[in-house]
Amino acid sequence: MNGRSLSKLQSALAVAVGVLGLLGLVLPRSAETGLSDTPFLTTFAVLAVFSLRRFRYPLPVFFDGCLTLAAGIALPMSLVVIDKGAVGFWSLTAAGWLSAWLFVERLTASGRGGRWASLAVPVLFGVTLLVLWEVVTRGLNVPQVLLPPPSAIGARFAASLPILWADFQQTFLKSVLIGYALGCGSAFLVAILIDRSPFLQRGLLPVGNLISALPIIGIAPIMVMWFGFDWPSKAAVVVVMTFFPMLVNTVAGLAEAGRMERDLMRTYAAGYWQTLVKLRLPAAAPFIFNALKINSTLALIGAIVAEFFGTPIVGMGFRISTEVGRMNVDMVWAEIAVAAMAGSAFFGAVALIERAVTFWHPSNRA
Amino acid sequence: MDIVMPNGLDPDPTPVIRARNLDLTFQTGDGPVRALSDVTLDIGKGDFVSFIGPSGCGKTTLLRVIADLEQPTGGSITVNGVSPEQARLKRAYGYVFQAAGLYPWRTIARNVALPLEIMGYSKAEQRDRVARTLDLVNLTGFENKFPWQLSGGMQQRASIARALAFDADILLMDEPFGALDEIVRDHLNEQLLQLWARTTKTIAFVTHSIPEAVYLSTKIVVMSPRPGRVTDVIDSTLPRERPLDIRETPEFLEIAHRVREGLRAGHSYEDV
Repeated sequence: MNGRSLSKLQSALAVAVGVLGLLGLVLPRSAETGLSDTPFLTTFAVLAVFSLRRFRYPLPVFFDGCLTLAAGIALPMSLVVIDKGAVGFWSLTAAGWLSAWLFVERLTASGRGGRWASLAVPVLFGVTLLVLWEVVTRGLNVPQVLLPPPSAIGARFAASLPILWADFQQTFLKSVLIGYALGCGSAFLVAILIDRSPFLQRGLLPVGNLISALPIIGIAPIMVMWFGFDWPSKAAVVVVMTFFPMLVNTVAGLAEAGRMERDLMRTYAAGYWQTLVKLRLPAAAPFIFNALKINSTLALIGAIVAEFFGTPIVGMGFRISTEVGRMNVDMVWAEIAVAAMAGSAFFGAVALIERAVTFWHPSNRA
Repeated sequence: MDIVMPNGLDPDPTPVIRARNLDLTFQTGDGPVRALSDVTLDIGKGDFVSFIGPSGCGKTTLLRVIADLEQPTGGSITVNGVSPEQARLKRAYGYVFQAAGLYPWRTIARNVALPLEIMGYSKAEQRDRVARTLDLVNLTGFENKFPWQLSGGMQQRASIARALAFDADILLMDEPFGALDEIVRDHLNEQLLQLWARTTKTIAFVTHSIPEAVYLSTKIVVMSPRPGRVTDVIDSTLPRERPLDIRETPEFLEIAHRVREGLRAGHSYEDV
């Protein structure tokens, strides 16, 4: 494909964009006001209809980019003008969504742009989702309590930065990171002990299994009684949650080095620690990083949920549980946004380190 | 080359490897399996000895016993006059396995340096030896490649370099070229002979290829299965200097014929 000719799916999307644009142009776009009140929307509708020309004269991918951009500006801007969407408005919303889809399709199919395209596609996907969310919640007057529009969440986020930062510090920088380091670190050491002793292997692995099966809502109040209301009790919950995945994966990873590789170390008369450091731990690294990745999200969930069971008046879980009671759903969403960003960044950081350390593994080889 | 042994006396009073009535029985789920039976053998200093036989004849097991990777259940064996374990702890041999077994997280140079690191050579000495052994196996220029970036033949050469990097005077090779194609194999056989001539190491070499065994060896040990035992020991009459086309000479074919006869005498061609 040369990037100009369209696949079947792309053609269907292009037709749909044009037809929906035409509908949006002729049908009423607003329940209260006339055509002249929504110049952005009219511009987008005209552009969408114009895009049908591609079936006579091919249009570049760049045009679809502009069309998507026009939709992204026109739809939310028009919401200021019109109170409630009408048929024409919704068909243009659909046209905007499909034009974004078409743009992404053509961008990936053309294979051009390299790193830019691989970055642009997920960003575009996310932005499209946000715009649709905004347009649908405001255009349909969805009650704030059910689902606030992203703009309201953003406004609340910006207005409550000090609170969010304090919560982030309490929950993420204290409970999560400390609990994660203690949980993963102790599981790693115990795994090495277990590996040396069949007795511990038989005794400790089932106990670890048992602990991992305990419900977090059962442990959290007990930890509060043991370690108090502040972050140590949350870190303890995180330790309990992260311990077992790390233990099992490290034990499995330590068994990963092949017989031949071990025999080789034996012919060199290598000691236990030399074999561990130079062969078995590197061979176990993919397993260990799997556990570290799983635990990066588990730790955050554990810390937030643990705060539902007694905490000082700060923390992400505390904020979520109290603000939901006050019907301040936008604040809940702002905390969710913080949690999502922190969780993704944490996971991403661990994944980056993993790529650097296990570059040799077949799944990472360039 | 043939040494006359009057009255069955050992011509070499201190062979590098000396096995007497060696027995090894594995206990498996299906009952005991006798892998080695009454193996008596001397390998002299500087010999290139091949162990040949069908699969299951115990040739790899014998090599592993020499390397202290398996414990015999009967008989005695000494390596350099001491037990295999003491020899292993003195780092008396380099072992080359059937697969290269390079560590994928180490570059070629760092793989070759692995035994040197373990044995505590200084950094400068490590650099020096890595460069020298990589040169021996014609891998200069590939120091910073990772194993998975090289062909199978190059990987196997790197693993030979790794076994040569420290000063072990015995090289144990377990079908090192078994997984490679004929052309690469010929080439590596030739290189191995040149290397042996330059280093004067004792080499014990396991193979299931008759031409390979005859081409490389000064001494061919023919083994047969169920239970694994030595059926014939053939001292090669070929000169030490061996171009590849020596394999078409009548002398070569004569030795190959004797090996084949030895295998037949050990019933190696039955039930296969």
